Amino acid sequence: MVGPGRSRCCAPSSAGRAMNCRAEVLEVSVEGRQVEEAMLAVLHTILLHRSTGKFHYKKEGTYSIGTVGTQDVDCDFIDFAYVRVSSEELDRALRKAVGEFKDALRGSGSDGMGQISLEFYQKKKSRWPFSDECIPWELWTIKVNVVNLANEQERQICREKVGEKLCEKIINIVEVMNRHEYLPKMPTQSEVDNVFDTSLKDVQPYLYKISYQITDSLGTSVTTTMRRLIKDTLAL
Amino acid sequence: MDTDLSSQDRKDLDKFIKFFALKTVQVIVQARLGEKICTRSSSSPTGSDWFNLAIKDIPEVTHEAKKALAGQLPAVGRSMCVEISLKTSEGDSMELEIWCLEMNEKCDKEIKVSYTVYNRLSLLLKSLLAITRVTPAYRLSRKQGHEYVILYRIYFGEVQLSGLGEGFQTVRVGTVGTPVGTITLSCAYRINLAFMSTRQFERTPPIMGIIIDHFVDRPYPSSSPMHPCNYRAGEDNGAVYPSVEDSQEVCTTSFSTSPPSQCVFTVTKAHFQTPPPVVTDTLKVPVMGLAFSHQPAALGVGSADMGYPVLFAGGLNAAHPHQLIGPGKEGGVPPVPSQPTHGTQADQERMCTPLDGVHYSAATPSSSEDTETVSNSSEGKCGSPHDLLETIFIRKVGAFVNKPINQVTMANLDIPFAMFAPKNVELEDNDPMVNPPESPETESPLQGSLHSEGSSGSSTGNTHDDFVMIDFKPAFSKDDILPMDLGTFYREFQNPPQLSSLSIDIGAQSMAEDLDSLPEKLAVHEKNVKEFDAFVETLQ
Repeated sequence: MVGPGRSRCCAPSSAGRAMNCRAEVLEVSVEGRQVEEAMLAVLHTILLHRSTGKFHYKKEGTYSIGTVGTQDVDCDFIDFAYVRVSSEELDRALRKAVGEFKDALRGSGSDGMGQISLEFYQKKKSRWPFSDECIPWELWTIKVNVVNLANEQERQICREKVGEKLCEKIINIVEVMNRHEYLPKMPTQSEVDNVFDTSLKDVQPYLYKISYQITDSLGTSVTTTMRRLIKDTLAL
Repeated sequence: MDTDLSSQDRKDLDKFIKFFALKTVQVIVQARLGEKICTRSSSSPTGSDWFNLAIKDIPEVTHEAKKALAGQLPAVGRSMCVEISLKTSEGDSMELEIWCLEMNEKCDKEIKVSYTVYNRLSLLLKSLLAITRVTPAYRLSRKQGHEYVILYRIYFGEVQLSGLGEGFQTVRVGTVGTPVGTITLSCAYRINLAFMSTRQFERTPPIMGIIIDHFVDRPYPSSSPMHPCNYRAGEDNGAVYPSVEDSQEVCTTSFSTSPPSQCVFTVTKAHFQTPPPVVTDTLKVPVMGLAFSHQPAALGVGSADMGYPVLFAGGLNAAHPHQLIGPGKEGGVPPVPSQPTHGTQADQERMCTPLDGVHYSAATPSSSEDTETVSNSSEGKCGSPHDLLETIFIRKVGAFVNKPINQVTMANLDIPFAMFAPKNVELEDNDPMVNPPESPETESPLQGSLHSEGSSGSSTGNTHDDFVMIDFKPAFSKDDILPMDLGTFYREFQNPPQLSSLSIDIGAQSMAEDLDSLPEKLAVHEKNVKEFDAFVETLQ
């Protein structure tokens, strides 16, 4: 998933390393106005599991962990509610990415199909002049199919159906999380920025990036945009 | 006892499992209270949040859980179960879900108790938070109020799934392997409810037809009584923050946050020297009886159903504060991460400075002390509610009987931002006996507007003043500028007075006046003839 030339913090990972990356794919069919809430629900649920409290390192290498709060979110266009981490910064970041995805979906050249990806990665420092390497270790892809509905009755049914579908997705996500597969080692203070996103005030998710692709009616990808939602964007 | 597991690790593990069980119960019950839960993240460790998650502790729920556990821990054949059921105003009840915390024999001897198990338990709690919103009972519990309430019951022992009807489904929340067994958390839920739209539980005439003959007598009379999942009146969403912070603050003052440098878990002796007497202080919420009863007399009867509602009393954390600290090695050689990896990447070079002096031995006596304090305070509390109950009941009957029939109840309007609605709420009173005095406790958070935000502890504010006729409040109609909302505005201005010029009487009068004034006007105009002529010329 390489985007057009933008400042990037690390080079794309090599194919060999990608073998260690666990990949999960979820698919949903939603109405246009449900796209945002459905994506937020899934992304927030994943990040709930992939965020910890802020680390506070003390001398002698010990550290303490802050507390993660949670809050319920009700969806307006879907009969669904989900739990997210209580962090306005994180919510804003996700909303921004999902908003862009939604706008791209609505744009011309799209028949309403696209996918949004959430990738967790680790940074590996390389020597100058090479930029740091980003090694993904988990990749979530959500494929979206936007449907158009004719009347209010169909919309009402869609509300309920999409709600049920999202319930299934949440169960799927939890199943994957429960497998307790590879997670990056807990880092020392010097390494913490290679594993976690420490830019947020109140929580500390693993380093992640969100990207999306829109498919046109021919099935080929017309727009590929990479969005980096991490704080430090190194430039060579 | 495994010789592989050090006694310290064993103690740690037991403690983790115990508090995990308590937190599990809290999460489940709070998810069925019917209102949105919101807790704050805190970047600095307060030392009071188990598993690094901000989960409030409702004292009554902790008390019930501890009572059910009776000092034991989940083990093979002994599971901790939380049963969620629904009880209608007609007295029919139905089991909706059973959440089971089980232990099986499959051990993972290699796993590190202090880090890996702890972190995985934290992850499991997060999964539980997510899954509790996904089962059908969640939506039902959000709509509980007049027609039905959601009850919970905690028991320990064999899992009893027979009450869920046929074809129930199970969802596994997760598992965590430990050196003494594998902890499994799962939920079995009734599915035929899934076909019932929640609309059927909204304001409709008797819904007896929907509830199939579910037994009313509990098949396990010896088991613990049912308790309603309820909110404390007077607390709207905004008030959740203060109470959470209060409880955390209290714990912070009781429990130091500075860790000893060597130890993994900084639970020092000092932490526990102050038993939480504050528990008593915050338990000011009176206990109300069960919501539904056909005969007033039943309220006084100590039936199995007469539990007490779960109230969001200024929630004190009955659990001990806990802080995760990872020792690590400094400088030199391979940068030792402070915690072991999970799964396949376990590294030998790691860790652990031996966990010497993690002062759990100090914690143990205190925890029992803590238990006693909690149970004492709770018991002390339990004494009063029944009295309170009687009193309030008597008051309420009068209030109900005199009220006229309302148009629409707040609970059924499902108004967004209803907490901002004016503080006049009336209850449905088709049958005053069906809606017993406690129903304000059981209603939707809309009722929260009845009580001032400051009354964080008192739900005794349900005086008869609260039951007043309300006006219809359309959604999104709050107007900060005008002291009235759209509905009132609409009604008031629906029939505006007629324009004076259009009314006949006035018109007739003014006609006469006009006629009288004509000569004067003509005289004035004649005077200004020249001006008028000049004006006309400019126009031509």
